Amino acid sequence: MEAAEATAVEVVDLAETPLRELNQRLHDLAGGAPGPRHWRVLNPNGAHAVACGLDAEIEVEIDGHVGYYCAGMNKLATVRVHGNASTGLAENMMSGTVVIEGNASQSAGATGHGGLLVVHGDAAARCGISMKGMDILVRGSVGHLSGFMAQTGRLVVCGDAGEALGDSIYEARLYVRGEVAGLGADCVEKELRDEHRAELEELLERAGFADVDPGEFRRYGSARQLYTFKVDNASAY
Amino acid sequence: MCGIVGLFAKAPEIEDSLGAHLAAMLAQMSDRGPDSAGVAVYRDPAPTGSSKLTLFSADPLQDWEALASELAAAFGGSPAPEVRASHAVFVVAADAPEAEARVRSAHPELRVMSAGRTIEIYKEVGRPEEFVRAFALEDLRGSHALGHTRMATESRVTTEGSHPFSTGHDLCLVHNGSLSNHNRLRESLRREGIEFQTENDTEVAAGYLAWRLREGASLEEALEGCLTDLDGFYTFLVGTEDGFAVLRDPIACKPAVLAETDDWVAMASEWRAIATLPGAAEARSWEPVPGVVYAWERAKV
Repeated sequence: MEAAEATAVEVVDLAETPLRELNQRLHDLAGGAPGPRHWRVLNPNGAHAVACGLDAEIEVEIDGHVGYYCAGMNKLATVRVHGNASTGLAENMMSGTVVIEGNASQSAGATGHGGLLVVHGDAAARCGISMKGMDILVRGSVGHLSGFMAQTGRLVVCGDAGEALGDSIYEARLYVRGEVAGLGADCVEKELRDEHRAELEELLERAGFADVDPGEFRRYGSARQLYTFKVDNASAY
Repeated sequence: MCGIVGLFAKAPEIEDSLGAHLAAMLAQMSDRGPDSAGVAVYRDPAPTGSSKLTLFSADPLQDWEALASELAAAFGGSPAPEVRASHAVFVVAADAPEAEARVRSAHPELRVMSAGRTIEIYKEVGRPEEFVRAFALEDLRGSHALGHTRMATESRVTTEGSHPFSTGHDLCLVHNGSLSNHNRLRESLRREGIEFQTENDTEVAAGYLAWRLREGASLEEALEGCLTDLDGFYTFLVGTEDGFAVLRDPIACKPAVLAETDDWVAMASEWRAIATLPGAAEARSWEPVPGVVYAWERAKV
């Protein structure tokens, strides 16, 4: 029985099954409850919140384009989308892995605390906005205001970055291989040292981008002039 | 929040079922804008020397036949009204400016929703699904169409405040977003002779485009002017006699997705509207880059 459960794939067609039913069945697996470990979702057709709020070591494959907040708040699960994702992909994810084979719209990985988000295409504006510890790897380019107020974690962009990269950034580390249209307030380029190359190599490997040379990236981070509390300014608060 | 849809037919099968596709797309955008809905459909060009007017009456007992006789007496021809709910379309034996001026001066109780050669604009308050039924949109054929579902933020929920807004003959605008400098801009446009019927922010954007086009700008130039002269959030979809154009503000808070196949080009606030179209799964789709004008036009024959 257990062996069969480990290999069987539970197929859910959203053209027939209501989305709430799918998400409820996935939520029922939280805390290691018994049930299918491999899921395949058909005909998402841009529906919102597909595979959102998962909290189990399961694999969910989605065939087609998804709408807002796909894989939001993800914990432990691996979610793979064979298509594009709309606004708020993997928003506030905690752990696990989310992979998009196409493009992601704006605010991908917003506020994410942990886990790995991989975008094979481009991510639009505000990728990794306010990220809090997750790792985001984008094979293509990211739009403007990516890494806005990013606190911790790593954002790796194999293509280009749009305007105002890392605006008001805290301690997240940003790596971009291509052109950066402009840096945001308090974001500066920093030296790419050996420890950063090693970190990049490991991240690229985990994302399946091992063909990308870590030495081709530039590193960006906080100049620490904006967010640091200075006692001289205490009267302003 | 609001929903926008646009569909441009490249294949005759899509032209034949344009209304049905438009209705399906609008229904998907219903929860982005449940308070009003509207469409602009480009269809059945008026014969040379005549023009089409879409008129709205708030009076459910409006005598459209009497208006038809009046227009026939003024301009000749037999402009039988094609009535859809609170709206009626007339083909008038005069050019669009003349026909529009006549109705505006003689019938201040009516609203001219659109004027031109091919455009028809229908809009009304209420759920988009009810709007589609009441206006029997599903049987409309046409070359291209725009639609809007509204969740009002800047002004009242009225028929006049619904989208699309006419921006000139055969031109219209739908908008997702909100403009913050519309009061001041409305005043300066009024001084340029542009008329406004509501306190709506989108009508100001429509008036701005109408003014720039009147002053000789191309549609692309007029849209690019929005980037400097309009303050606020917007994804715009502009309909023209030959096609449509898309523009997002540089900050790009409002969504947009474009898709194209051999049979159609579509634009929508979200993918789920485009997913209703035949062959959508195989379509080339992308998110329009903020601050860049995208335009499609049918080749002129």
